[in-house]
Amino acid sequence: MTIVAENLGKTFGKKQETVALESINLTVPKGSLFGLIGPDGAGKTTLIRILVTLLVPDQGRARVHGKDVVKDYRSIRRLAGYMPGRFALYQDLSVKENLNLFTTIFGTTLEASYHLIKDIYSQLEPFANRKAGDLSGGMKQKLALCCTLSHQPEVLFLDEPTTGVDAVSRREFWEMLHKLKKAGMTILVSTPYMDEASQCDQIALMNEGKILSVSTPSVLIEKYPHRLWSVKAQNMYMALLDLQKNPGILSCYTFGSNHHVTCREQYSGDRLSQYLTERGHSQIEVDQITPSIEDCFMDLLN
Amino acid sequence: MEYSIKTENLTKQFGSFKAVDNLNIEVKSGEIFGFLGANGAGKTTAMKMLCGLITPSDGQATVAGFDLLKNPDSIKRHIGYMSQKFSLYDDLTVTENITFFAGIYGLNRKEIRMKEDQLLTRLQMVESKTTLVRSLPLGWKQKLAFSIAIIHSPAIVFLDEPTGGVDPITRRQFWQMIYETAAAGMTVFVTTHYMDEAEYCDRVSIMVDGGISALGTPSELKDRYGVSDMQNVFYQLARTAKRISA
Repeated sequence: MTIVAENLGKTFGKKQETVALESINLTVPKGSLFGLIGPDGAGKTTLIRILVTLLVPDQGRARVHGKDVVKDYRSIRRLAGYMPGRFALYQDLSVKENLNLFTTIFGTTLEASYHLIKDIYSQLEPFANRKAGDLSGGMKQKLALCCTLSHQPEVLFLDEPTTGVDAVSRREFWEMLHKLKKAGMTILVSTPYMDEASQCDQIALMNEGKILSVSTPSVLIEKYPHRLWSVKAQNMYMALLDLQKNPGILSCYTFGSNHHVTCREQYSGDRLSQYLTERGHSQIEVDQITPSIEDCFMDLLN
Repeated sequence: MEYSIKTENLTKQFGSFKAVDNLNIEVKSGEIFGFLGANGAGKTTAMKMLCGLITPSDGQATVAGFDLLKNPDSIKRHIGYMSQKFSLYDDLTVTENITFFAGIYGLNRKEIRMKEDQLLTRLQMVESKTTLVRSLPLGWKQKLAFSIAIIHSPAIVFLDEPTGGVDPITRRQFWQMIYETAAAGMTVFVTTHYMDEAEYCDRVSIMVDGGISALGTPSELKDRYGVSDMQNVFYQLARTAKRISA
């Protein structure tokens, strides 16, 4: 195992009133792409900062490549690449200067890690002399990833690399991560976007400092405990309000062009359409569907 | 048809770079209008012009019934604005934030007290009214920020990525607030990176290289591009971008 966390806990505040992490257990196999999925405030950043030795846990312990995050922090810093959530490069240095600074600090050269960063660097190269602060959001993320890779780390920690990045750039970023995984790298990546979970080998769903579930995306979906219905009607907003009033319904959420509905045991899809018809809805479509990761997450939140 | 926003060849040029290039949109009163585009397409610049924060280089527009070039300050009084990045003061309490923003928008004491009661009840935050905004959960903060952005009952509210990083349940509750607001007649102009949220809009525009490359209801756009969801409409259009975003 490349990363092992046992019963990790962390609180903040004078009276330790803010619980950031509570009994976190996690194992990440070598060469896998592992996702920490959860909204802001779930504890993703705190967990990553403990694993890259920037924070000391109050409880439990963790190892990266067999090294303890507290005792052996120096060796972890050599072998871990860390890309923080907030852009942390020098805004007033150029793309090239930032890369040179990073490689020099780690005692290496751009050429030595060129095989890892080639693809990303070729997109940055036209702007080599531009100040990092003047790059767009997507390009900043590419530069940050380049710097993170520049010392050939064995394990990558990426904290919300796709937050605030548009859907096309997000897809490109994940393609880069798959390439790095193929090159043998272990990657731990956090994201608030549920649709990115399916890109990972394993995922931990996190909320308010706790892990709700750890599994592969497909097992998580198999374990979903309800029958899930997709519901459409001519007036989607009125349909939502009516569905929410029905005591036979456990949950009803908007999901793009459908509503996703779960019901109590005895309630069927036919009864759902009957209910909506009785309330004057038209163009009603009810189909049983396979849940998405987001459905699973919301079920665990309840 | 009454329009809340109507632009004609609205353009903003920075040096030799046209950030917004002949933008033409008409937003109907009371509709939820999704303003989509890739990073660097010009969304932020366009929004800043519509809010009267930067002056266009060319073209014209009316927002909330006021001329953008002649009356940018009247526009500011008749719109609401909320972004994920800045909306409330963290080191003020819930009540202090309400009073502060309501005061800025010129509500009198009686109105402020009335709005405060309504808002706290509606958000079920009466018990947290003396809590510092800093210690509220993100979801609550966003809902409060939205309510405060419309405290002066503006004709239009601009929402700049209001749901980024919010948990999936709160995100949907937030959209329900948007629906309610639009149903009450307010125009909602919203940007988002969540493509499922594009489906909740009455109409959507997709910006590429400073101009609008598609505009319509989500179902019209899906039909036009022969795809099943807005995510794929977005991919098809954003890929046509020629401008290199650096």
